[in-house]
Amino acid sequence: MLENYLPILLFLIVGFGLGIVLFVLGYFIGPNRPNPIKGSPYECGFEAFEDARMKFDVRYYLVAILFILFDLEIAFLFPWAVALDGIGLAGFWAMMFFLAVLVAGFIYEWRKGALDWE
Amino acid sequence: MIEQTLFYIAAAVLVFAASAVITVRNPVVAALTLVLCFFCNAAIWLLLEAEFLAIVLVLVYVGAVMVLFLFVVMMLDINIAELRKGFSGFLPIGVTVALIMVISMVLVLASGYFAGPEYVPLKHAAEYSNTRELGLLLYSEYLYPFEIAGAILLVAIVAAIALTHRRAKNNKSPAPGTQVAVKREDRIRLVKMKTEQQS
Repeated sequence: MLENYLPILLFLIVGFGLGIVLFVLGYFIGPNRPNPIKGSPYECGFEAFEDARMKFDVRYYLVAILFILFDLEIAFLFPWAVALDGIGLAGFWAMMFFLAVLVAGFIYEWRKGALDWE
Repeated sequence: MIEQTLFYIAAAVLVFAASAVITVRNPVVAALTLVLCFFCNAAIWLLLEAEFLAIVLVLVYVGAVMVLFLFVVMMLDINIAELRKGFSGFLPIGVTVALIMVISMVLVLASGYFAGPEYVPLKHAAEYSNTRELGLLLYSEYLYPFEIAGAILLVAIVAAIALTHRRAKNNKSPAPGTQVAVKREDRIRLVKMKTEQQS
């Protein structure tokens, strides 16, 4: 079975190789003349206001966790679709029930306004 | 032979990245090395012919869970100097927890439970589909746990919304639904009046 993954292995090797070669070439060939002013942080021409480490809004967290939940739902669909001819009607309706449960959650989140970005 | 080489490469990078997760100072870098961990783990699972799990690990953990981790790391206002101040005070608790974990891992691994030849995965033919085998089992024998997973996902949706959703509407955006539902009578009032004579 693993022989099917040989193209992916070659792809990874070429990808990593190309990335490393380009970095090494840039390191050795490119000019590198830093000075304190060039290396200092700047913000469109004026002094930096504050630290870059500022707090994110909690709403990003909500979007991310809702994305994870529906991502998992999709992940369950793949083996179901591949094995659909072997699991019979029970398997089919089990997935329909699973989807109905999550659609209920989706409607709840929609009605609750969790998808609105004000 | 080539599989063993790949396994050792992936395992070495995995160990390196996992120790980097707990030793690097910057929490964002720690989260990114955790991404590297997941990739190496996916490679090892793929070598065990668990292709669906390997792809789902990259899809769900790297694609979604790590985004969440990064948001959480950036949401907590982490002051690194502040964190390092009380480090030695937590040392006894940390050492105790680490010792307990090491002892339990040694007990599990030394019990011989994972040593038998029945735990060496079988090699399969080229047309073997791990995803299909998984689907056949999951949607026949493990239907009930599968539906429980659906219910747990529903609970997670409700809990996430209940914990983080704030209904603080401090802008004046109009609701499109009420705008569409407006009728002519709500906006226009026709007033009957007499025509006035030009004098």
